[in-house]
Amino acid sequence: MNSRSGTGYTGVPPWIYAIAAAGALFVLLPLVAMVAKVNWPQFIPLITSESSVTALGLSLRTSAASTALCIILGIPLALVLARSPFPGQRLLRAFVLLPLVLPPVVGGIALLYTFGRQGLLGKSLEVAGIQIAFSTTAVVLAQTFVALPFLVVSLEGALRTAGNRYELVAATLGARPTTVLRRVTVPLVLPGLASGAVLSFARSLGEFGATLTFAGSLEGVTRTLPLEIYLQRETDADAAVALSLVLVAVAVAVVGLSYGRRNAGARVEVQP
Amino acid sequence: MSITRKNVGTFLAAGTLAASLVGCASGAPGTAASSGTAASSGTASSTRTLTREITVFAAASLKATFTKLASDFEAKNPGTKVKLNFAGSSDLVTQITQGAPADVFASADTKNMTRLSDAKLVDGNATNFATNVLEIAVPPGNPASIASFADLGKPGVKVVVCAPQVPCGSAAETIETATGTTLKPVSEESSVTDVLGKVTSQEADAGLVYVTDISNAGDKVKGVPFPESDKAVNTYPIATVGASKNKELAQAFIGMVTSSEGKKVLNDAGFGTP
Amino acid sequence: MSFEVRTRLDARDFDMSLSLGPSETVAVLGPNGAGKSTLLGVISGLLRPDSGRAQIGGRQLFDLDGGNHRWSAPHLRGTALLAQEALLFPHLSVLENVAFGPRSKGASKAAARETARLWLTEVGALHLESRKPAELSGGQAQRVAVARALAAEPELLLLDEPMSALDIHAAPLLRRVLKRVLAGRSAIIVTHDVLDAYMLADRVVVVENGRISEEGPTRQVLERPRSHFAAGLAGLNLVSGMITEQGITTPDGQFFAGQHDPGWSPAPGQEGVAAFPPSAVSVFLGDVHGSPRNSFPVTIRDLEPHGDQIRVRAAGSGTGERGTLSADITPAASADLGLVPGMNVRFVVKSALVSIYPA
Repeated sequence: MNSRSGTGYTGVPPWIYAIAAAGALFVLLPLVAMVAKVNWPQFIPLITSESSVTALGLSLRTSAASTALCIILGIPLALVLARSPFPGQRLLRAFVLLPLVLPPVVGGIALLYTFGRQGLLGKSLEVAGIQIAFSTTAVVLAQTFVALPFLVVSLEGALRTAGNRYELVAATLGARPTTVLRRVTVPLVLPGLASGAVLSFARSLGEFGATLTFAGSLEGVTRTLPLEIYLQRETDADAAVALSLVLVAVAVAVVGLSYGRRNAGARVEVQP
Repeated sequence: MSITRKNVGTFLAAGTLAASLVGCASGAPGTAASSGTAASSGTASSTRTLTREITVFAAASLKATFTKLASDFEAKNPGTKVKLNFAGSSDLVTQITQGAPADVFASADTKNMTRLSDAKLVDGNATNFATNVLEIAVPPGNPASIASFADLGKPGVKVVVCAPQVPCGSAAETIETATGTTLKPVSEESSVTDVLGKVTSQEADAGLVYVTDISNAGDKVKGVPFPESDKAVNTYPIATVGASKNKELAQAFIGMVTSSEGKKVLNDAGFGTP
Repeated sequence: MSFEVRTRLDARDFDMSLSLGPSETVAVLGPNGAGKSTLLGVISGLLRPDSGRAQIGGRQLFDLDGGNHRWSAPHLRGTALLAQEALLFPHLSVLENVAFGPRSKGASKAAARETARLWLTEVGALHLESRKPAELSGGQAQRVAVARALAAEPELLLLDEPMSALDIHAAPLLRRVLKRVLAGRSAIIVTHDVLDAYMLADRVVVVENGRISEEGPTRQVLERPRSHFAAGLAGLNLVSGMITEQGITTPDGQFFAGQHDPGWSPAPGQEGVAAFPPSAVSVFLGDVHGSPRNSFPVTIRDLEPHGDQIRVRAAGSGTGERGTLSADITPAASADLGLVPGMNVRFVVKSALVSIYPA
């Protein structure tokens, strides 16, 4: 992995580098093309317009909320999937991971029929005076729906890698299961949990289809940055490009953070 | 990654390959490459001449009517083929600007047609062939008992409209100004489809869409016409695209759309005559 | 405090019962896969058997007999487990690791740390208290693990081959620490090392195929083994058969002359074993002149250095169902005789060094 030290022989055939370079370009070129399209003199006014700032703020707030919701729901899910075998476990995993492969708009439709006014739960919620449709809550639900699998997958992986030997030792030392979870399990998988949370945040930030279908689009309430970009694109291509660049910058920062954390985590785990 | 002297060659070769791939792709719709005027390739045009084929880019709201008109046209002119591409008008303008192979462009508003002609991509002048007005769409039971445009402003009514940035939204805004009724929409969607979706799923009590959208949606929504809709009449222009390699056939198709036969098809779907 | 367990696990063909007196340390010896770790798993509550019951000082750990389903969770049992690997919690300092048990039992942070320092002192690791587990050597980590287990104040300490992952320099120190802390404490130690049994255990239990094959005071089991496994650990040849006035006769008719305990004589047809060290066996080529007693043909299986001797392992028709006998000879003798595996030779056992006793 590290060619700076040692002999430098990697065993990778030279032609692999050519294809790898093509692959990297395939991802990088569209970004470069977008940056090239940015109307730089107008960039700052475009991204600091009231609607843009409102959309970015809403995106950050809702993504933080849905990440918190992912952590609350995802830790128990990952634990159940990783630790206690039960009939139907594979099926449960398949369903939990479904939003990963589902078109987000399908997720939005499903949420609509669950939490919408005429939905499975929505009717009872409406009786209780809770209205989810067209609210910021709906945005958070849509984002959580699509982001939850990211947290569950990376946490379940971390739990399986960590194994349960430390937990068994903790139990024989007299720690109750809840104590074991709090003082041993969670700290051990913290790097995995952190990178899962970061991925969930990134996914929430980019959520578009489910939000558009389920939550609607109203400035300051449900119009997140991706929806704002989609709308700006109708009239003001320059604004759309500028905002896209902001979203890319936030995403790059978030993924970079995740990568750094993961490496730090890997270093901590290299000992018996 | 360490690159040896020998590898540099491979690396550069790969770069060139990738660059040429991207170059090929720049003619396709939706790519971000800047070569906006890149015309369709020669091979494509020669096949088109042989088979007398044209491609029509039309606004999404024309889907039902233009599908019918295209098949009527093919029936009347044996050996011709009309390919259709429906999308939002501004998307279509972007695609044509980026070099997408279109022969005819039918826009849902004059603004987008102007964008295209400003880019010198229209052949001759555009012809207005249809009009469309807004109508209130409500769920079948009309739960909020909407009967007029003013009813939309009542407190507690969940109204969904298009965002002002899109044509149906600017039309709604025009009517608001003209009537002095201020709407407090729960959502400003970016397309008519999204507004209709909120109404058919009964999330919203009412939505403002075009009258043609309501007739397309069947019995999933009910239309509530209102007289103030004539304050914002939307005009649909059609034109031959400058880069067309088959302008004759394109003109023939436009002639069909603007003929009395074409008007009947459009009127049946709820469009008005300009 | 006394401890008792009786348990069966059908899926692993495991059936054992074991009891410990107050402050008694028992060593569990046995080949790999014999069920030693299963026993510890059942006692600590990490494995659920099909039936059986266990109690510790009158407190029930589990009772799965006669339709009962009483099963207490591991954290309620008071049986700390020390494994081959130290398994110190990597994210906690040494001090916090040792304080983990007391904290889990509700002690305040300060009190738990005080207890932890006490036990770290006991194992000679107080100077390591602020380190992280990754900064410890294997021996240091295992000593800290001992302190952590003891700080939990277990009524019964379970040790699963605690020395096996340590290098030969670290093991003696840990063995001395264990010798000190196990005094006056109930413990079960699973081990492969006869030295652990001698130094740490009052009693030895030999486990084979999921069953206890032999048990008794350490010295007795290792000096007069009745199982082939114990004999192997003790470095003795073991032959079983019927005891006679002069020695022992194996089931296939081979007679071994040997010594009974003074003043003891066998009952007719009594089952017994003959044990003798490899040094009591000589190797000859061809026929032997002179005393024909305890002389029988064998085929050499392998030769390997053993201290400054060569250990010759061989099998013959009269060497019992378990296979091989060993002879220790000098390298010079081995070279003179030209011994190689597969060669037919004759083993002669000095009857004065053969102990015969009932099985």
